[in-house]
Amino acid sequence: MVNRQPVYNPTMTGAPVYRIEDLRFGYSHTPVLKGISAAIGLGDFVALVGPNGAGKSTFLKILAGLIRRYTGSVEFHGVPLGKIHSRDLARRVAFVPQETHMVFPFTASQLVLMGRAPHQAAGLFDTSVDLEHADEAMRLTDTLELANKPFTQLSGGERQRVVLASALAQDPQVLLLDEPTVYLDLKHQIHFYDIVERLNVEKQMTIVSVTHDVNLAARYARRMMAVRDGAFVADGNPESVMTPEHLYEIFEVDVAVLKRPDGRGNYIIPTS
Amino acid sequence: MAAAITSFPRHRTGESGLSPRRFIAAVGPCVLIFAAVLLIAPLVGDKGLSLRGVLSAGSTDRDILMLVRLPRILFGALVGGALAVAGVLFQALLRNSLATPFTLGISSGSSLGAVIAIWLGLDIVFLGIPMISVFAFAGALLTILLVFFIARSSGGLPTFTLLLAGVTLNFVFGALVLFFHYASNFGQSSMMTTWMMGNLNIVGYSPWSRTVPIVLLAVAVMIALSPKLNLIAAGEDWASTRGANVHRLKTVSYFMGSVLTGAVTAFSGPIGFVGLVVPHSLRMVAGPDHRILVPGSFFLGGAFLVMCDTAARTLLSPTEIPVGVITALLGGPFFIMLLKRKPGELW
Repeated sequence: MVNRQPVYNPTMTGAPVYRIEDLRFGYSHTPVLKGISAAIGLGDFVALVGPNGAGKSTFLKILAGLIRRYTGSVEFHGVPLGKIHSRDLARRVAFVPQETHMVFPFTASQLVLMGRAPHQAAGLFDTSVDLEHADEAMRLTDTLELANKPFTQLSGGERQRVVLASALAQDPQVLLLDEPTVYLDLKHQIHFYDIVERLNVEKQMTIVSVTHDVNLAARYARRMMAVRDGAFVADGNPESVMTPEHLYEIFEVDVAVLKRPDGRGNYIIPTS
Repeated sequence: MAAAITSFPRHRTGESGLSPRRFIAAVGPCVLIFAAVLLIAPLVGDKGLSLRGVLSAGSTDRDILMLVRLPRILFGALVGGALAVAGVLFQALLRNSLATPFTLGISSGSSLGAVIAIWLGLDIVFLGIPMISVFAFAGALLTILLVFFIARSSGGLPTFTLLLAGVTLNFVFGALVLFFHYASNFGQSSMMTTWMMGNLNIVGYSPWSRTVPIVLLAVAVMIALSPKLNLIAAGEDWASTRGANVHRLKTVSYFMGSVLTGAVTAFSGPIGFVGLVVPHSLRMVAGPDHRILVPGSFFLGGAFLVMCDTAARTLLSPTEIPVGVITALLGGPFFIMLLKRKPGELW
């Protein structure tokens, strides 16, 4: 596993948004990220794949500004992330977690409008610009008819689309997704990623999505970064990463790779 | 209050966000209820007041109104408002709809201060402020700081540690209160019990005038921060990825809620359930938007406590029932209702 040359043909689309150099992070002496270097370009659609505990979500949270005590350097548009005010970062970068639990019965539209927070000046009221952005975000995510329903009463798929709408109301350049469809059924997984794909294609939004689901990743992402044990082991287009050899190295599972009939990448099927 | 509840605007399709008009439609009724209660309450009591009597200088009617009822009603409005807002803040901060102003130990801290003052025989008034209240406020401040520094030591201000520190100190101070209670004579002991029941039986305007600047300042700060309270109430990562400085926001909310509670409790003793019943009732009818909850709870809380206190001083007249008993009798069943509510119900 160490002898083999890792794939490195990053299919970066545009100028780098993030530049990461020797990033290290650990929770109380347990190292999670062991020196990661990478660049993520404008308009990229990156899938971060890897087994549980590999450090994917930690990496994403660092990009989102949620974890700030790392060593190494992470630059956003050439500026060290630590020097960017969280409000400024929130105007460019939005984050969608695996699952969102609400204690209070905020309605979908209230939550979407909270995405306007980084753009709002001091004051209590939502402006017409805020409402327009929220409306547009809800239209894109197919959540307009949920506007006045309490979030606590929505289904898992509806919740994730509302959270995505709230992220889009931030008017971000970069969308970070942390296993956003892990609790959704197949139909809602596809519905969710169809929306994300449109954002990437039509609005050139940079997407970084963490997922366990290699097939889902291969169907939508144009770049796949594989993480194992706190380090990248492969980075390239999905076809080049999704070989039985790499997948064995990443997941320790034997797989067969099948070509999709529509030519959109490959399927993998575990055989071990 | 039922009429006011139905007049709250429901969400309509195609209409979202908070506009000044919607804000007034939601907070306005709270202000009206507050004004109505404050106008009516002074007229209620074992002695009926006549308008002519009130207007003539030096009359008994006027003295009863200006020297007895009005100070008490104004103070009650302030205590109720402060406790209700503190309830909103702690519920948002701990993301727990069962949190109250006293969850983090402030009631035990101020009770300990009051009990020590009584035990030392400091039943005196200094510059218009009872020494008992000075000690009670010192006890509250000690608790606030202890809980904060214990919780903060683990980096940030983790909600769970905050809760744990508060509940622990509550037990420790509660035990010390029991100790002083045990060590005091019958007269002191009865005074301690009365203090800890909570009452608005204050003398003169000075308790009101000493607390009103603190309370109004804290409420104003939290109204200004209310959009950010929404973010915190939705979740810490949620708030952080939407640009909020979560640590600072939590610290400010914690101290504002604590000072609101400590300042009024120093004079009134711990009055329970206001901080639970009022925010919940408002949340039921107006939704969980803190831009409405913070100002609305202030007015509704004031109205609620003045109503309870009016009942407390008139129901068994000339004997008074401690107002804490009334709020608990109303609040207890409400609390059970809250626990028994079906999952997925609005609040």
